[in-house]
Amino acid sequence: MQFVVSSLLNGIAYGLLLFMLSSGLTLIFSMMSILNFAHAAFYMLGAYFAYQISAAIGFWPALLIAPLLVGALGALIERYGLRKAHRFGPVAELLFTFGLSFLAVELVQLIWGKAAVDYRIPSSLQGALFTFHGTSYPIYKGFMMAVSVGMLLALYAGLAFTRIGLIIQAALSRPDMVQALGHDVPRIFTLVFGGGTALAGLAGVIGGNALVTEPGMAESMGPIVFVVVVVGGLGSLGGAFVASLLIGVLQTFMVGLDWSLIDILRALHMEPHAAPALARLSLTQLAPIMPYILMVVILIFRPRGLMGARET
Amino acid sequence: MKTLFSRSRLLVLAAYLAVIVIAPLLSPKGYWLSLLCQIGISTVFALSFNMLLGQTGLLSFGHAVYFGLGAFATIHFLRAMHEHSFSFPVTLLPLAGGAAGLLFGIALGYVTTRRAGTTFAMISLGIGEMVAASSLMFPGLFGGEAGLSSNRMTSPGWFGITYGSQLQMYYLIAGWAFLCILGMFALTDTPLGRMANAVRDNPERAEFVGYDPQWVRYLMVVLAGFFAGVAGGLTALNYEIVTAETLSASTSGIVIMMAFVGGIGHFAGPIVGAALITVLQIVVASVTEAWPFYFGILFTVLVLYAPGGIAGIVAEHKRLYDAGQLGRVLQQYLLGLVPFALCCLGIVTLVEMAYVLANSSEPGNAPLHVFGVTLNAARPLGWAPPVIAVVVGGFLLRLVARRMASRGETVVTSLLQRQA
Repeated sequence: MQFVVSSLLNGIAYGLLLFMLSSGLTLIFSMMSILNFAHAAFYMLGAYFAYQISAAIGFWPALLIAPLLVGALGALIERYGLRKAHRFGPVAELLFTFGLSFLAVELVQLIWGKAAVDYRIPSSLQGALFTFHGTSYPIYKGFMMAVSVGMLLALYAGLAFTRIGLIIQAALSRPDMVQALGHDVPRIFTLVFGGGTALAGLAGVIGGNALVTEPGMAESMGPIVFVVVVVGGLGSLGGAFVASLLIGVLQTFMVGLDWSLIDILRALHMEPHAAPALARLSLTQLAPIMPYILMVVILIFRPRGLMGARET
Repeated sequence: MKTLFSRSRLLVLAAYLAVIVIAPLLSPKGYWLSLLCQIGISTVFALSFNMLLGQTGLLSFGHAVYFGLGAFATIHFLRAMHEHSFSFPVTLLPLAGGAAGLLFGIALGYVTTRRAGTTFAMISLGIGEMVAASSLMFPGLFGGEAGLSSNRMTSPGWFGITYGSQLQMYYLIAGWAFLCILGMFALTDTPLGRMANAVRDNPERAEFVGYDPQWVRYLMVVLAGFFAGVAGGLTALNYEIVTAETLSASTSGIVIMMAFVGGIGHFAGPIVGAALITVLQIVVASVTEAWPFYFGILFTVLVLYAPGGIAGIVAEHKRLYDAGQLGRVLQQYLLGLVPFALCCLGIVTLVEMAYVLANSSEPGNAPLHVFGVTLNAARPLGWAPPVIAVVVGGFLLRLVARRMASRGETVVTSLLQRQA
């Protein structure tokens, strides 16, 4: 029971972090049909910026400043890089962001070195939030969830109830019409790209110290975020939400369970004579590739993803 | 009608063949030969990648899967030959890699080609990560961190060639590379190759003609898997060791760079790119630690300013030459040369200073020697000269570019006049 509760809570915290990344990616994709390959690189930059800022003036200012810095960087890149690449079509855009992700990792190694940096959870957020059946749940996980949920509510409110949010929504489906009504659509694009990367930056700020802040963090997070977006259905925020939580919770449960096929057979009183390597693998070992297996299964049985629109 | 192997193309092919036959004799040094071997392997790999990106419009972020699995299949085959002492001509062993690439192309391509465009790119990345992550889960099959090794020298092969010397290995690679190049080039002229181009340019119209775009993409992925597998097999034979690195995202990334830098719009582009990137990788890496950074810059700048890669640049200037305008354009380039060099020098100095600073052991002192001048990266003032160089160079380059843009119009008009 305690395993189920703690895994569930940890899984939701991780899933919300995934959603913070995939929501920005989805917003950018559905608006500009650009797949931002460098999205996880912005997540990494958020963590490193937060590390540097919190070393200078503390964690709380970093929580605000680092995402804004990342967002500003994203907006600049959109304005002076992506817009140029846009002339050459979607493949050039994708390759440009691919080049960026490559450069970002090298830049981070150049400035902060190849080893992980000591980006810690602030002392005011250390300790246990509550204890359940002898297992304590850290405050920081609760804080992560609170920040994620708060940010998501703010995002929803911003998109649904503000004037600029309504214009963005309109530009999502009818950019030409919005342009004809006198709105500066390219500037809205820059804004959305900056906003999406700022979300990734915020995920880096709160995820970097919970996980680890190192140059490899973008490469380990990036593919999973893409899988979330494919499983949820391209361009669907709701789908990305469901897929993030699903993958977050599933993966956390699998890490905690070291059952293998052989154990299950034994539990059924069957003793296999020769066990291939595949049967010996425990769920814990399979956890890192679970998202990809899920993606393959979804693609075979439901190519448009959980909530995606039908492919045209 | 132009035939596939027209006279001029046969001449180019013959010249290329002559180059790859003579190349190893140019220098007796060992690293020259190993460099050539690596170029040969990369060429096949990059061309197979371009069957997808250049010809079918499929950007794959996981092409290393077929390359790596081909390499592992070949090394397993070789190990089995030693273990169970049966013989099979080593000359044909790359086919084992090709077969593995083909089979995995059939299996994985079915999943990846369910969607095209951007989604294909994401799915190929996911599949690539899945295979790379699985390779560490089955140490029995993939040798874990250390990889698998074997010995390519088995019982005397055909004509007593044992591939004991690197030179024999080079000619094996060169032979297979040449065959693969011919095969992939011939493929561009088959109905499948033509339909791949149609699917790339306009899938809806391709469907109207009566072809299923998904099926065309699938076939191309399978065939590209075969050629990537052959390249993997050659790697396995050349190094006699295969590690999980061959399956990794960085291998998939470097092949994207090779194809793109060379030029994805021309068949020969990836051949140029593979040679250039391989040479740069080895030469630049021996000079500076920052080589991946320079690669990133080169790649990003090319994406923004010359998306046709080197082949595209050459083709553009060929057109200018045909129009008799090349001289005028070159004059403009000459003008831009100094600011460009200044800019590059500044950027390189900045990057190198950052590396020196990051690696410096004593605080307050991080010297970098450039042209007899010592810059101290630990002091803010030390950064001034390269920053000034970049700013001034960039400003002048902008001026020249503007001038060229206005002159460019006259070039275009005279081009049009000539065509009319």
